[in-house]
Amino acid sequence: MRMNPRRLFLIAVPYGWLLALFMVPFLIVLKISLSDTAIAIPPYMPTLDLSAGWAGIREFFSGLDFENFTWLTEDDLYWKSYVSSLWIAAVSTFFTLLIGYPVAYAMSRAKPEWRPTLMMLIILPFWSSALIRVYAWIGILSSEGYLNQILLWLGVVDEPLSILNTPLAVYIGIVYTYLPFMILPIYAALEKMDESLLEAAEDLGCTRIAAFWRVTFPLSRPGIVAGCFLVFIPSLGEFVIPSILGGSHTLMIGKVLWEEFFSNRDWPVASAVAVVLLLILVIPIVLFQRNEEKNA
Amino acid sequence: MDTKPAPAPFAPWNDPAAVPLIRFEGVTKRFGDFTALQDINLQIYPREFFALLGPSGCGKTTLMRMLAGFETPTEGTIWLDGKNIAPVPPNKRPVNMMFQSYALFPHLSVWDNIAFGLRRAGQDKETIKARVEEMLRLTRLDQFARRKPHQISGGQRQRVALARSLALGPKLLLLDEPLGALDKKLRQDTQFELMDIQEKTGTTFVIVTHDQEEAMTVASRVAVMDAGRLCQVDTPQHIYETPNSRYVADFIGEVSIIEGRVESVAEEIAISYAEGQKPIMTRCAETVSPGQSVFYAIRPEKIWVGSEPHPDRINSVQGTIVDIGYLGDVSNYHVRLDSGQMVKALMTNAERYAASRFTWNDRVWLSWSRHAGVVLTS
Ligand SMILES: Nc1ncnc2c1ncn2[C@@H]1O[C@H](COP(=O)(O)OP(=O)(O)OP(=O)(O)O)[C@@H](O)[C@H]1O
Ligand SMILES: [Mg+2]
Repeated sequence: MRMNPRRLFLIAVPYGWLLALFMVPFLIVLKISLSDTAIAIPPYMPTLDLSAGWAGIREFFSGLDFENFTWLTEDDLYWKSYVSSLWIAAVSTFFTLLIGYPVAYAMSRAKPEWRPTLMMLIILPFWSSALIRVYAWIGILSSEGYLNQILLWLGVVDEPLSILNTPLAVYIGIVYTYLPFMILPIYAALEKMDESLLEAAEDLGCTRIAAFWRVTFPLSRPGIVAGCFLVFIPSLGEFVIPSILGGSHTLMIGKVLWEEFFSNRDWPVASAVAVVLLLILVIPIVLFQRNEEKNA
Repeated sequence: MDTKPAPAPFAPWNDPAAVPLIRFEGVTKRFGDFTALQDINLQIYPREFFALLGPSGCGKTTLMRMLAGFETPTEGTIWLDGKNIAPVPPNKRPVNMMFQSYALFPHLSVWDNIAFGLRRAGQDKETIKARVEEMLRLTRLDQFARRKPHQISGGQRQRVALARSLALGPKLLLLDEPLGALDKKLRQDTQFELMDIQEKTGTTFVIVTHDQEEAMTVASRVAVMDAGRLCQVDTPQHIYETPNSRYVADFIGEVSIIEGRVESVAEEIAISYAEGQKPIMTRCAETVSPGQSVFYAIRPEKIWVGSEPHPDRINSVQGTIVDIGYLGDVSNYHVRLDSGQMVKALMTNAERYAASRFTWNDRVWLSWSRHAGVVLTS
């Protein structure tokens, strides 16, 4: 098939974009992950020396190897971090869904004149920095924090609960931060649902609850799937929340990555960690794409 | 040969001993300060095919939704089978409704849409399969069973909605414009299917329609509504031949309405309608008194158009043809009487070229009998 120039241009734009902003950085990271550490600037070798001509390029490629990837399998810190990250992301996504669905449902059932206001309230937190909002949780969750003060005052507990610097704090942080990403797609799916479908279901013998499970829930599934991916994917590589709220006990791959880069200054290993993380993420992203296409 | 007595005509509404299936008692429905239905009193009997007819927004759907349980009366009571249905939720009523918007489940196939109610009723797989297939055959949807609602045409969707509401075989079936999107042939076939189903199952039908021909064909009785009120509830024939108001006469079929004043009351009454014209002579069921202003309504097919007055008809008026509509089997004439009123007349074209007997601006005589029209006081 011959393409006319207009079509070619239209296709070239997104591909160019992907190439520049995704493929090129990825290739750079991939290249670093295949290099060796060096006490130099930049802190790895070999570097490509084009002035040496063909021989320089040959030497450059011969210097690349999979040593760093082998290293990732040898130290169990890495695979434990991956597994722990997957687990934390999955559990957080589950709880985000558990809280987000009822909120989205209530919003979609609210009077139409209330909906923009409710939507505003959901989006409002984005107006301040996520970093500050996560920091604020320290003030709530620490042993002298507001939560413990209230619980002590109410007499629910005798001594302060230690929540900060535990995985629980990380869950709370992730659920809190990503909740809007769960609510909005589910709300979008529920809002466009025709009310008369529920009446039809009731007319055909469903109770209200049965009508929800048979009609509302399946119709909101695309929203649920979208919401879950929107929460799961970024929380898998999350770095800020575990390092601020999780203390030293919480193992997450984002934190490991940070430490390799900035504490150990081991760029090649850090890059290898990033490449593997990306490969892990590609799977859910592809699944997500499929889901979107199916519902298009 | 045994001589069976002829079956009595189906007319429970004339039988004081008959027990209605549905009784509306002073039912009023308000949305905020808007009154959608005003003091409805109505009885619908078992096995009836009851048609609701009326302009858009007159409250037909609202009336049905109250029967199905989605709206509660603001005032008054609805009795179904002798029980007040106000406290019964929709899923516990022996009533199924076909929605005007179809309300098909978009995530389910045609097959699963039809099976939805059967599954909720806990029927076994074989029964469900047999029943769904029967419904698919009835509505001629066999090939589309696996498709989703958005993959079929509007008329097909309407048939799915119909099949879904029929599947459970309810005691009372509410059809909100069930055939509007179908072509004429399919509509007629489906009408006969509906009547057949009703014959076989004894289901009571309440049907909303905009198509008066449809109401006339299928209904045992028709209710004509206007702005939340029932204007007349009667058999199609009575609605057509003896409407009780100008509104009903005008709403059902073609009619010419002439305003006049009662001149004298005898065996026939005389209605004068214009200076210097012979009054219209007509029989009248209502009691009217001389001097009262009335409306005389007459259907086009009751008027004979000729170049001379018809010798056997008591009323004859001269006029000029303003417009002719040739429809093949019949021709419509719009005639302006010399006194200025417009009258519609309809003649069958019994002979070829009969239509060309008259043309525009011809002077003709319109003649009709003493039984042809009705006198209306409102
Ligand atoms: N939930 C509601 N809130 C306010 N007004 C309503 C509501 N439902 C119906 N109405 C009004 O009540 C009136 C009757 O509505 P209904 O749907 O019964 O009309 P209809 O006779 O079925 O008309 P159509 O032939 O167009 O379907 C309309 O004026 C409508 O605007
Ligand atoms: Mg309606």
